[in-house]
Amino acid sequence: MKKIIELKNVTKSFDGEVVLDDICLDIYDNEFLTLLGPSGCGKTTTLRLIGGFETAGKGDILFMGERINDVPPHKRNVNTVFQRYALFPHLNVFENVAFALRERRVPKAEIEEKVREMLALVALTGFEKRSVTSLSGGQQQRVAIARALISRPKVLLLDEPLAALDLKLRKDMQQELKKIQKATGITFVYVTHDQEEALSMSDTVVVMSEGRIQQIGTPIDIYNEPTNAFVADFIGESNILDGVMLRDRRVSFSGQSFDCVDAGFGEKEPVDVVVRPEDVDIVPEDKGQLKGVVTSVTFLGVHYEIIVDIGGFKWMIQTTDFVDVDEHIGLYIEPDAIHIMKKSQYSGMYGDYSSFSNELDELSNAESEAEE
Amino acid sequence: MKRRGLSGGLPLAPYSLWALLFILVPLLFVAYYAFTDNSFHFTLENITRFFTATSNVAGDDGVTREVYTYLLIFGRSLKLAVISTVICLLMGYPAAYIIARAPARTQRVMITLIMIPMWMNFLIRTYAWMTILQDTGILNGILGLLHLGQVHIIGTESAVVIGMVYDYFPYMILPIYSVMAKMDVKLLEAARDLGCGSFSVLRRVIFPLSLPGVVSGIIMVLIPSISTFYISQKLGNGKFYLIGDAIESQYSANNLHFAAAMAFILMVVLLVCMAFMQRFADRRAAV
Repeated sequence: MKKIIELKNVTKSFDGEVVLDDICLDIYDNEFLTLLGPSGCGKTTTLRLIGGFETAGKGDILFMGERINDVPPHKRNVNTVFQRYALFPHLNVFENVAFALRERRVPKAEIEEKVREMLALVALTGFEKRSVTSLSGGQQQRVAIARALISRPKVLLLDEPLAALDLKLRKDMQQELKKIQKATGITFVYVTHDQEEALSMSDTVVVMSEGRIQQIGTPIDIYNEPTNAFVADFIGESNILDGVMLRDRRVSFSGQSFDCVDAGFGEKEPVDVVVRPEDVDIVPEDKGQLKGVVTSVTFLGVHYEIIVDIGGFKWMIQTTDFVDVDEHIGLYIEPDAIHIMKKSQYSGMYGDYSSFSNELDELSNAESEAEE
Repeated sequence: MKRRGLSGGLPLAPYSLWALLFILVPLLFVAYYAFTDNSFHFTLENITRFFTATSNVAGDDGVTREVYTYLLIFGRSLKLAVISTVICLLMGYPAAYIIARAPARTQRVMITLIMIPMWMNFLIRTYAWMTILQDTGILNGILGLLHLGQVHIIGTESAVVIGMVYDYFPYMILPIYSVMAKMDVKLLEAARDLGCGSFSVLRRVIFPLSLPGVVSGIIMVLIPSISTFYISQKLGNGKFYLIGDAIESQYSANNLHFAAAMAFILMVVLLVCMAFMQRFADRRAAV
């Protein structure tokens, strides 16, 4: 696969505050790459560096092998779909989409043909004469995509393009974006803080936190083999425990030792152990590897989400079996459900559900969305 | 609809009363006086007098010609007002753009500096310009010190235009600035992203989006400068009799009906101009 964009040791600060710290990233031809992280992690800054709206403090940005640090945005073969669309309110749908072609003085007939083609691609045929301010959020989004794609850029940058849409529309647009990416073969670099969106759309996910890349991988890798506690917690739900490697394929945590599938750690090396809530089986107390008391049960339709207190540490378990609060249960964990990670700066910060409540979780989500 | 009647109508009542008493009624009086003679009988004489009255004036070449007195005065007013408005626009637009792009603190300071002269009395400002522009004034004093020769400005059209530009400049900058300050920076980024260089961004995005500000700036400068009378008397040494001067002197001479007729004609011309510009701006905005 051909590298389209390379970021080499890119560092960026605003007013002395480092927002990107030594970022190295390769973006390949024809891939759907997602920059994923909470607000303030540097994902939007990374996108703006590629678009040319910010300049790197240190490091190089290469576009098809050429250094483009000092190339202004209008000379880059890259287009952007902005957050909240940034459509030109004084132009109608046709003129918004035709904007880039008019700048290049493309002949009229060709403009007409290409705009029609683009509007067909985003399912807005017949909207040519409409004012953009009269369109719904989803329709404005489509105009923004058509406008950015009409010059056939090598790379399309998308800055949280679906954040302002409601859930149902967001799901439809996810499908559609993926379809458009496949149909055009253009590399998409997509910024989002929504992990579900990242997992369902991307070929490659780049998880970022505090200006650093935490992990680069396919959605399956990122979910199954998180590199540290931050990634494990940010992507899906995780129980993260302090553990010690006894030897290869044998780990001890919560006062018990378990078979596992990871090797290559030092003997007696302290590690972080991740167990996903859906990978824990509930068994009668006397048959469990671990024993605990159920402290809360929430019915979520497809499954129950229960919190179990095991020696003071609260686990989250997703199960279709009904158990009751205060019930004593045993837990059984398959060796391949146990994932071992090296200790990191994020160890001990995540993965304990003792202060967990759905409401709290939603509150903090809403907050981070408002900040964006 | 009923709710609108209550919540919309009642709070508006004091303003409606105000508008009726102090805007509409006086305007009706102007119209009434314009179309009546001294004994308050209907007449078109005042209006026709504006268009037909003639007088003899000596031109620059010394030859005396017969001219339409008030049409000449009106044309002169229009010319000076348009020149002033164009200068205000050419200076004000870039200034507004630069201010709107400056850091928030600088913006506040700049806007305050622009508004400070407006706190001073209009007459005092005009007198200040007299002392600056006089043949023995501050400007010639500075030029003399620098051995740059002398200029004669006071009593010329230039002096009148300088006075008008100075007085009405804030009315051009402020509406343009307020439109530009509200403009979404993302739109400018989007234009650059789609291939526009700086000039193209200005021509294709910033200018069309700032048109409402430009239109109200033009209206707010053109209207007072077309009807001004004091500036021309003081800075033009009374040589450039403007329509405002004509109205003022007819009032002073207690010739209320003809003064009202001139005011009425001026009003109609300005209303037509404004309606025309507003339509132009609306059409641009609607595209």
